[in-house]
Parts: sequence; structure tokens; C-alpha cells
Amino acid sequence: MTSAHSITASVNPPRAAFLDFPLGHTAGRPNDLAEQIEIIRAALAVFATSGRGEITALPFEWNADHSWKAKVMAGAAASGETGDDRVERFSEPQYQSAADAAIADPECASCIWLAAP
Amino acid sequence: MNSPPVDHIKRTRDQYAALGYAPYAWVKETQPPPFVELPKPLSECRLGLVSSGGVYRSGQVAFHYKDDISLRVIDSATKAGELRATHFAYDLTDARRDPNVVLPLAALNALVAQGELGELSKNAYTFMGGIYSARKVREQIAPELAQRFVRDEVDVVLLVPV
Repeated sequence: MTSAHSITASVNPPRAAFLDFPLGHTAGRPNDLAEQIEIIRAALAVFATSGRGEITALPFEWNADHSWKAKVMAGAAASGETGDDRVERFSEPQYQSAADAAIADPECASCIWLAAP
Repeated sequence: MNSPPVDHIKRTRDQYAALGYAPYAWVKETQPPPFVELPKPLSECRLGLVSSGGVYRSGQVAFHYKDDISLRVIDSATKAGELRATHFAYDLTDARRDPNVVLPLAALNALVAQGELGELSKNAYTFMGGIYSARKVREQIAPELAQRFVRDEVDVVLLVPV
């Protein structure tokens, strides 16, 4: 699945299902399980229908007028003046909450370390 | 309505130029990709799942943001309330509200319950995809995932990049 058509076209995977949603929603919008199921059903159907290297567009819209796209591009243009919109690249674990940090098991049997942590 | 997709390569190129950074070297694969036909109906397939959205389960060590190439194994029966999201390069608001937007466990489990998908593999895999080294992804993460999916005896794999 992908929401970044140009990046996926450049990577050129065997097959892909394109959902034209803002980044961060590759599998649907939050707390709408009914639509998430429709999206995943449509994406899985691509396994059987796609030819080699095809990117199949899924028939879903984030909103009716697609106004979110202009805002995404405007954000990129503004970032040179207002600073980077990404977070600093910390090298320590970045927990969603302090509670998670407190209960995290440093041994973490279900973590796969491919390099020294 | 129809509108062209956001060109995220151009957007990133413009952003880097505005910040005075050197252009990012995007992976560009020009050979025809490998391709295998679906071996049997989806209703008989075991599906493997991997997401690069930075999802971890409460109790696991979280990802860091500096080319973290580690993986997390998430039991595919895990409830959304136990899942967290961490990443430096996308807006986490909705992934934290409902992790299914980047790791679609609820939808996949529903499709299994309805008989449309044969089985969801017990192990789902996650990582934090903001890794600037394509070489590390190609030489370390991809082979590790491929080995694990073979070991998990999956028929198909759904990749959910963010």
C-alpha cells in the first residue's frame, strides 16, 4: 500500500495499491473501522488483479474537494522561512508517553536489534 | 473529483533546497520488478504484515530517530489501546488516535473473521521508516524481514509504508 505515489513509482515494487490520503494514513482514517475494512479489502484485491509493476489507485477520497493537497505543498514552501517541520533526530528511544518509558523492558524479547541499540 | 497525487519527491526536494540541504538521493529502480502470481485465493492465504509507521507495543522499547534499523514483533491480536506510534517525519496525531491507520490489524482481523482472508500471521513487524540509508534498509532490514516471513510460512505480505 502507499500514499506516496511518486516514491512508490520510483521504488518500483512488484505491485502496489495507492490510497490518495495525506501521509500518516496509509491504511485509512482514524476510528472509522468500516471504511478501513473497505480500504484493506480493496488493497488485498490488488494481489489478484495487478500486473507486474502496476500501481492500482483505490477509489477513496480524503475529502470531496481535495483541498488538503494544496496545504501539504504550501507547508513545504514555507519550511525554509519557518524552520524544518520535522522533529530532531534523537538517538534515544522516543516514547509516546512517560508511562511507556517507565514500563519498557530493556531486554525486550520482541525487539529485533539489527545493530547495537 | 480527480486531482493528481501529491508529488512527495518534488515536495521533499523543494523543502531541502529551501533549508539549504543537499538533495536526497531517492531510490530509483529501473529494472522490471520480480513478480509472482497469487498462488491461491486470499480466503486460503496466510498474510504477513509489516509497517514502517514507528508502531510499538506498550512495554516494548520505543524507536529512536537516528537511522534506527531495529524491528518490533507485534502480536496481530494486540488491541489498538496497547499500541503506540513514534516517528520524526510525519504527523502522528491520527496514528496515536488509532494505530490502525498505519498498522491495519483491526481491518485484517475483521476480513479473517468474515472469511475473506484465510489467516493473519501471528507476527506483524514494525519499524520506524525515517531511515536515510537505503543501503541499511536493503542489506539489513529487508533480508531479516524476508527470512522471518519465510519462517512464519506466509503466502503473501502486505507492506504498509508511511
